[in-house]
Amino acid sequence: MSEAIDRTATLTDSDPATVPLDRIEIWRPDRFENYTFWPYFARLRKEDPVHYTPESPYGAFWSITKFDDIMHVDTHHEIFSSEGGITIEDDDPEFELPMFIAMDPPKHDLQRKTVSGVVAPPNLAKLEGTIRERAGRILDSLPVGETINWVDKVSIELTAQMLATLFDFPFEDRRKLTYWSDMAVADASSGLYESVDHQRAELLACLEYFTRLWNERVNTVGGNDLISMLAHGESTRNMPPMEYLGNLILLIVGGNDTTRNSISGGVLALNQNPNEYAKLRANPGLIPNMVSEIIRWQTPLSHMRRRALSDTELRGKKIKKGDKVVMWYVSGNRDEEAIENPEAFLIDRPKARQHLSFGFGIHRCMGNRLAEMQLRVVWEEILKRFRMVEVVGEPVRVRSNFIKGYSQLPVRLHRL
Amino acid sequence: MPKIKFIEHNGKEHVVDGEIGHSVMNAAIDNLVPGIDADCGGECSCATCHVIVDEKWYPVVGKPSDQEESMLDMNPERQPTSRLSCQIKVRSEIDGLIVRLPQFQI
Repeated sequence: MSEAIDRTATLTDSDPATVPLDRIEIWRPDRFENYTFWPYFARLRKEDPVHYTPESPYGAFWSITKFDDIMHVDTHHEIFSSEGGITIEDDDPEFELPMFIAMDPPKHDLQRKTVSGVVAPPNLAKLEGTIRERAGRILDSLPVGETINWVDKVSIELTAQMLATLFDFPFEDRRKLTYWSDMAVADASSGLYESVDHQRAELLACLEYFTRLWNERVNTVGGNDLISMLAHGESTRNMPPMEYLGNLILLIVGGNDTTRNSISGGVLALNQNPNEYAKLRANPGLIPNMVSEIIRWQTPLSHMRRRALSDTELRGKKIKKGDKVVMWYVSGNRDEEAIENPEAFLIDRPKARQHLSFGFGIHRCMGNRLAEMQLRVVWEEILKRFRMVEVVGEPVRVRSNFIKGYSQLPVRLHRL
Repeated sequence: MPKIKFIEHNGKEHVVDGEIGHSVMNAAIDNLVPGIDADCGGECSCATCHVIVDEKWYPVVGKPSDQEESMLDMNPERQPTSRLSCQIKVRSEIDGLIVRLPQFQI
């Protein structure tokens, strides 16, 4: 969201094996786009797992790269605060968007509880049939034997439909949700907006649209969509407009980017590992376990950040009150001390659920069960229709150190 | 070894041996009791080993710690005698413990 990130565009990159640690530039978004970031994280895990960067476009910050250390930071919210922002990049002080993921207790707990019911199992059981029907319809509409962009035709379409349902959002406008989600998290170099003012104007248009929906629903009781829940919830009904927008962005991005990129990532992982694809075809009962493995392998959000509320110590490093602390989930999910053979994509991996992608502690992903269900259903429906979703070209990755995803994944479908 | 009875949401019962010093979650995982996910591996940080302790047993098992409370508090499925089974240590006093599993782990 800041122009600072643009600077990396012109930099040439260093050799990950020899670059001095103080110049490792672990934050660089271009490495996520070029898919060159892995060896830099491997180096930190090995040589300096709790690493301090004194200067960067995001200011000074600590990098936490090992599984257990990330677990420690994530579960000590009384030391590592989420208040005021959960990404490496600080919020724009002129355009603050309070949202419950970026709050500490008690307000966090109250707001989260207001909406968590919508993705709780009783509601999910009701949603599964709808998701299955829609996934089936989307898959049936795809041309067989032609090259298509899986990201747009399936991953985005399915998650946009799901979000529209959760918000009870006008169905024909559902791609607005995708647009606002992308707009909210896009890097300045993405080309999605011309200026910060343009980005803000688009997000305010989102607020305006949703305010209309709020006003339509605020006087009707009993709605079980997210907007009605916010409009009637005790801790959310008097939110200022920017806090409404903040929480909307949280729910839209949380329900959109992450699942979208895991749907795409699964196709890519299976193509890169034909043995695993064969295992899957032979035994579709592996799907639930595979879903967890896809979510680990993809790690759709590379990091979350905290800020130390007091002086503390981690692996002998002294973290000072006020320091920014970035938990690199993407690195922890490849930590060879916590996960056996972490580079491998294994759909029957034991303990596949023990990954960091949902975070841990009180901010653990609220929609994790919905995400898993969407992925499970989409794979069940794919296997009913196609022998293979074949990747036929290079994926285009997103230039971001936060959203780890794809804008394009060219595939060709092969019928059973 | 103390016996622990897990009752699934559909009523199916599993009586397993618990190893002293390990957790009730470990007893479920070691004996393949379905319905306990234990995503965090026993760190009290995910709430996917949620159990509802039988009322008669709740005073023996005791209340959750502050950290456990903060995780349980997020759980829409929470009941008055809910606990995270990774935080219940197996000891001789809980021989015969009865816990029920929620319909889903969140």
